[in-house]
Amino acid sequence: MLEHYISLFVKSVFVENLALAFFLGMCTFIAVSKKLETAIGLGIAVIAVMTITIPVNNLIFNHILKEGGLRWAGIADADLTFLGLIIYITVIAAIVQILEMALDKYVPVLYVSLGIFLPLITVNCAILGGSLFMVERNYSFTESVVYGFGAGTGWALAVIAMAAIREKMKYSDVPPGLRGAGITFIVAGLMAMAFMLFSGIQL
Amino acid sequence: MKALRKILDKQEKHFRKGGRLAKLYPLYEATDSFLFTPGKVTGSGPHVRDIMDLKRVMVWVVIALIPTVIMALYNTGLQANLALGKAGIEAASGWRGSILDYLGLGISPDSITEAMVHGALYFFPVYIVTLAVGGAWEALFAVVRKGEISEGLLVTSLLFPLTLPPDIPLWQAALGISFGVVVGKEIFGGTGRNIFNPALMGRAFLFFAYPAQISGDSVWVAVDGITRATPLAEVADPVLTLSVTWMDAFIGLIPGSMGETSALACLIGAFMLILTGIASWRIMVSVVAGMFCLAGLLNIIGSTTNPMFYLSPLWHLVLGGFAFGTVYMTTDPVTAAMTEKGQYVYGLLIGILTVLIRTVNPAFPEGIMLSILFANMFSHLIDRFFLNANINRRSERSA
Repeated sequence: MLEHYISLFVKSVFVENLALAFFLGMCTFIAVSKKLETAIGLGIAVIAVMTITIPVNNLIFNHILKEGGLRWAGIADADLTFLGLIIYITVIAAIVQILEMALDKYVPVLYVSLGIFLPLITVNCAILGGSLFMVERNYSFTESVVYGFGAGTGWALAVIAMAAIREKMKYSDVPPGLRGAGITFIVAGLMAMAFMLFSGIQL
Repeated sequence: MKALRKILDKQEKHFRKGGRLAKLYPLYEATDSFLFTPGKVTGSGPHVRDIMDLKRVMVWVVIALIPTVIMALYNTGLQANLALGKAGIEAASGWRGSILDYLGLGISPDSITEAMVHGALYFFPVYIVTLAVGGAWEALFAVVRKGEISEGLLVTSLLFPLTLPPDIPLWQAALGISFGVVVGKEIFGGTGRNIFNPALMGRAFLFFAYPAQISGDSVWVAVDGITRATPLAEVADPVLTLSVTWMDAFIGLIPGSMGETSALACLIGAFMLILTGIASWRIMVSVVAGMFCLAGLLNIIGSTTNPMFYLSPLWHLVLGGFAFGTVYMTTDPVTAAMTEKGQYVYGLLIGILTVLIRTVNPAFPEGIMLSILFANMFSHLIDRFFLNANINRRSERSA
């Protein structure tokens, strides 16, 4: 059983990397990868948020939205899956808000270092994408915890690598027309090519 | 030599500012400094007087590649001649056959000359196309950006054809080197500023864009219609058995990409690069160490379904592009890690990933190309980690 969870973790970090295999969360990936320190902060925030929201959405899907999910409340044949998208977004936004307040009160150091990133990643599509993949692949609750942590770690790894590359690129001499977002997209593409290393691994 | 200097000096005025060909100054500068030591003196400090400037470094790498090129010529011809002999064909076909006829050479696998010439007829077209197309891009960028043409291209355009299978279509070689030089290097500002190894980037591009011509069973021997898997693919396939001996693989008499087959030639190249201090021995040693550790571990673990688990580290060393990649690609001073401790980590990462991909990824029989590109991506991060650790250690000591 442990082996299953480890392979799920490895798969979600490397083989199905949200940023470099699915190209999700590109806006933050491109915008907040200028400095290594900030990218590490953002990465940690994404890991935290995904590890919490994906299991919560898993519970909501399995016990409320899924066809027959409301059986415990006496409603046997309700199918609320059409509400999925809007509910996942709401849940993510709410959890990020609560997380922010909790951090502010109890761990102010972390709150200050994460700063703007917590509210920013509310609208990160990698986070929503994680929840949608969880539903599509029918993960159990434990699997969704592992998947959430793994997918977040994969995204964090990608953004940290990107930030390091962009720091090194300070010494590059990019043609004026490509400076900024242009060259960053090209680098993201080249990174995705290197990440193809893991594509095809069956775990 | 003096006459040559005179010709160059006479032409120089046309290329200076205001001259007729002022736009093409980079071309003049490249020819001049390729032939002679430049007389330029840097205007501001720091002044370092060292005979090993960028040009000499690059030329040394080219010299270190010569054993590999010789083995590439011989082995490509040998494999083709062996395959033709086996198929009962008397003469090589097409324009290569005509040239061999003209020279009065046959296609006997026993004759070293005949194999070398036949191999050269496969290698040099690819090399010339690579050099011409890559050089054209380099010159175009130098002219437009008013820079200098860098000798880095000589290395890239020699490495690139060595990583290709012998009967790669020439237009694909041109496309691959274009991608490698333009997207892999020039848009970052040219030699010394790129993130990924340009030769490998070009090959990876071809690998994903045209897998039929650069992977599989039918491309490794330069004869149409002859299929022979690379030894690495033979090991990975439970049905096939390995058809070569270790010594053959070490010397390089096995099918594969043109330059990658001979571990012996790479070893000679490695000695030259290490003696001249161009390549980092730390990286080479740690790549091999990483490979030995993981391959040894997999030997012990074992597997009932995957024969790759039992391939011993010594075989890993000589099969596929491992030796070639370790010596010439991982040590690229631009894309590799720069800190000494970082180089150990960088090398270990490549060694471990290569064995991992060879063993557990059924999509690719060989893993060294993408492992190096993957490690390129993290080389600066690794450097940053050790630099920061060092800064912290020192500031604690002085506090």
